[in-house]
Amino acid sequence: MIPGPFAYHRPRSLAEAVALCAAHPDDGRPLAGGHSLVPMMKLRLAAPDHLIDLGAIAELKGVRREGAAWVIGATTTQAALIADPNLAQAIPILRETALQIADPQVRSCGTIGGNVANGDPGNDLPALMMCLDAVFRLAGANGTREVKAREFYQGAYVTALGPGELLTAITIPHPPAGHGYAYEKLKRKIGDYATAAAAVMLTLAGGRIATCAIGLTNVAPTPLLAVEAAAALIGQPPGDAAFAEAARRAEAITEPTPDGRGPADYRTRMAGVMVRRALARAAARASA
Amino acid sequence: MAKTAIALTVNGEAVEALVEPRTLLVHFLREQLNLTGTHIGCDTSHCGACTVDLDGRSVKSCTLFAIQAEGAEIRTIEGMAGADGTLHPLQEGFREMHGLQCGFCTPGMIMRAYRLLQENPRPTEDEIRTGMAGNLCRCTGYQNIVRAIQFAAAKIAGESLQEAAE
Repeated sequence: MIPGPFAYHRPRSLAEAVALCAAHPDDGRPLAGGHSLVPMMKLRLAAPDHLIDLGAIAELKGVRREGAAWVIGATTTQAALIADPNLAQAIPILRETALQIADPQVRSCGTIGGNVANGDPGNDLPALMMCLDAVFRLAGANGTREVKAREFYQGAYVTALGPGELLTAITIPHPPAGHGYAYEKLKRKIGDYATAAAAVMLTLAGGRIATCAIGLTNVAPTPLLAVEAAAALIGQPPGDAAFAEAARRAEAITEPTPDGRGPADYRTRMAGVMVRRALARAAARASA
Repeated sequence: MAKTAIALTVNGEAVEALVEPRTLLVHFLREQLNLTGTHIGCDTSHCGACTVDLDGRSVKSCTLFAIQAEGAEIRTIEGMAGADGTLHPLQEGFREMHGLQCGFCTPGMIMRAYRLLQENPRPTEDEIRTGMAGNLCRCTGYQNIVRAIQFAAAKIAGESLQEAAE
């Protein structure tokens, strides 16, 4: 399988990349890790005339602390996220989730920015970004702006990114000390997208759930934030009864498509199972 | 489509070539450099047969363009044995432990295992299985591939072959 012909650009600075993307809003595509785009190009499902490789732009790479938040450059690879000891300590769910993406070779190329900006409902990081209340920094010809992950996803492969606009960095608030977390993913094999997956972040106070956020992967055209499910848990002691009610509410917002991973009602029920398991594991990890 | 000049290092040798931007790295290695040890299996970045080492990481060469490797250092299966033909411990391990049957996946297996042992010289069985998760084998059931990598890890650490074979 060989992609169609294209002109290749390798900008050295973000400003240069933004100018190139703005010059080719319809016939250009930015290239990060390429493990979604290149397979699409090989199948000729994508055929950009201009490929704008972000790989040589140093300012798009790396992880740093900015006040009460972590800022992760868009082309930071999933392997780099996994290997970062500070990030693993501060936001351990990021490492736990990244380790469940594809396989080691794919993670050595695949980037956090590509994973969240592509709008593929099968990707694991978008639901996690919604769960963590991350903010995406976008740059375009008209300047920069910020969009919350919770407002970014509009449909399968449709996001708040405008034509020619680039995602440059992801800001994640520093989670509270003693929080519990878990990413539970059901998949048929290594490298597969989730049949259903759930991300949970919570805190306990006095033996009861004080805060909770739940994200769902690959059970709707977009990643989902299970707001009602999380709200049902506030003030409840962690346990099977509370988790079952949250799972029921999470299942209610899913709209999975039937595919090789199973019929729609099966995937909905599996979303509930993933929510229950993630809640139980997160609660066990949280400081009371 | 116009061709672009790229310069890179492959198995320690400087290479300069003209490539179309759409030329995949695996096609460049196999068809322009005649390094046919790197195999094309699934051609969809799942099977790992095309794995090569690029600037200290394992990559699937079917999902990168050759032009992205400008300035890179690449190692393929042809760069594993010594100049005198002495097998790399991983190659020896795959032979001694019967880590292959048809052999189609073996170059990718060895190149991935090479990087795994650079990152973790004495992996547990579980770490080997996790680290090799991006490489598929349809013959062996993986048992002997794990043993081959354990053999190589022991050999590189200077331990006796008998200990490794147990």
